[in-house]
Amino acid sequence: MTNSLMEKDLSDNLKKTLGPKLKVIESTERRIKIETTPENILEVATSIKKLGFDQVMSNGGTDYPDKKIFRLDYHIISVNVKKLRRTVLQLTTHIPKDNATINTLITVFPSASYHEQETHENLGIVFEGHPRMERLLLPEDWDDIPPLLKEFKLPGR
Amino acid sequence: MVSDQKIGNTFGIDNRVFNSKIVEKEGNRLVLNVGPQHPGSGHFRLVVTIDGDTIVDIKPDPGYVHRGAEKMAEHRTYIQNIPHLERPVIIDSSNILFSYVLACEQILDITPPERGEYIRILMSELNRIISHTYWLSIYGIFLGHSTMFMWPMGDRELFIDLAQSIGGTRVTFSYFIPGGVRNDIPDDFKEKALKTFSYFDKRLVEYEKIFFNNPLVLQRTKGIGILKKQDAINLGITGPNLRASGVNSDTRKDEPYSKYDTIDFDIPVLKEGDCHSRAKIHLEEMRQSLNIMRQVLDIIPEGPVKHIFRGQMKGEPGEAFSRTEAARGTMFYHIISDGEINPYRVKISVPSFRNLIAMKHLLIGKHIADMPPIYWGLDYWPVEADKCSSWKLLNSF
Repeated sequence: MTNSLMEKDLSDNLKKTLGPKLKVIESTERRIKIETTPENILEVATSIKKLGFDQVMSNGGTDYPDKKIFRLDYHIISVNVKKLRRTVLQLTTHIPKDNATINTLITVFPSASYHEQETHENLGIVFEGHPRMERLLLPEDWDDIPPLLKEFKLPGR
Repeated sequence: MVSDQKIGNTFGIDNRVFNSKIVEKEGNRLVLNVGPQHPGSGHFRLVVTIDGDTIVDIKPDPGYVHRGAEKMAEHRTYIQNIPHLERPVIIDSSNILFSYVLACEQILDITPPERGEYIRILMSELNRIISHTYWLSIYGIFLGHSTMFMWPMGDRELFIDLAQSIGGTRVTFSYFIPGGVRNDIPDDFKEKALKTFSYFDKRLVEYEKIFFNNPLVLQRTKGIGILKKQDAINLGITGPNLRASGVNSDTRKDEPYSKYDTIDFDIPVLKEGDCHSRAKIHLEEMRQSLNIMRQVLDIIPEGPVKHIFRGQMKGEPGEAFSRTEAARGTMFYHIISDGEINPYRVKISVPSFRNLIAMKHLLIGKHIADMPPIYWGLDYWPVEADKCSSWKLLNSF
């Protein structure tokens, strides 16, 4: 259990299937980190699902105003396949801020639904193909910029 | 038929006007607003469309206590975030912090001493019982069983006393810190705890007799709100709700983090996936928590409880993520550091937010009288899902 062989096998498998579509791939014990381009995210997610990963545990974005990009992370786990349960897979991509749209992953992982909605309202990223790109947690009279953008300042700060 | 547009307008998405009508009539159908005035656990609204007494559509509307905890966390140091981030679920405050401190430890590159790790497990399991007993009493009263409201709420006080003797306050302990726990447990803790545990063992049997095996309760919960295994997996359900649908997944065993791998305990799993199984899982989990705590008290080593810091905690640029098993399921934090004393980004994924999706899935097609067992059986905690935090804390540091 103390080695990272299984994670290495999984990442080698992904590398073989997806080839240059994966930009970065790193595996340590219980963790796999992969990075892809926004255009390939759906295909990469489908390959991840085929390996046995079945739930999106979290989806969050980070604003980098200097680089004018959003970093988008999905954390994907498996609850059904016993040997995969110990692993968390981080799927990362970077989206340009001036065209913040990306394919939704809910066709592959329905569990991403609310998470994507939350990322949409917090950062303004549009998930194409998501049936409910609307407010979820923010108040309906919110008329400011999305709050997790770095240019949004907290009152008094 | 109520159109989507109509429901959309009810949310004020298009015209930004809050529709305060409690009931709207559409032909034979009624659109009811359940909440947002505290339907029992926190401010949360369900827009329910009924035909006769059958639910034909439902739209959950969370966010009434959303205060931007993630944004506020960017403006605090790693230590200041501790009292801040435990606010969303004060009845399970140690468990919501557990994964935060584990992620911080990766960023700050520190390891807690062994005694500190075991005390964390102790506090985490105490909190699990505090949370489950609170849930059970609310579940009981919503099914019209007043005794089940009073018994667990009373017994919960014993566990709060134990936790208070360690953490100093009743609910928000701010006890876990990166590098260990704030202080050691009192000398007489073991004696007091074992007394409470053996009392609670007997009480759990009584709970079963009066509530879980009660024919009226069984009639209202058995076979109601069935969440099939594959649906639970696809929808991203976590925690006791997932295990009640036949999936043997618990982060304490899957990962396993901290010192859980040195402890022998079972994960209760049931196959039925109905309201009764979801409730039973909570009961069995409380038994397992007692088992875990008894073992911890036997094997806990002597020594320091925390890593002592000199100066301000400051991480290297990088990222860390960590998950733990809270009372309602997997609690997850993703922290990005840019090398400053504040985290650059804190992403919180809470179990209630993930379980919310099941509500729509389970309630459509059911009778309105099935709402309390389904809603409460899911152990949905709106405050947790909204990632509420105290607004007062915003300017308090």
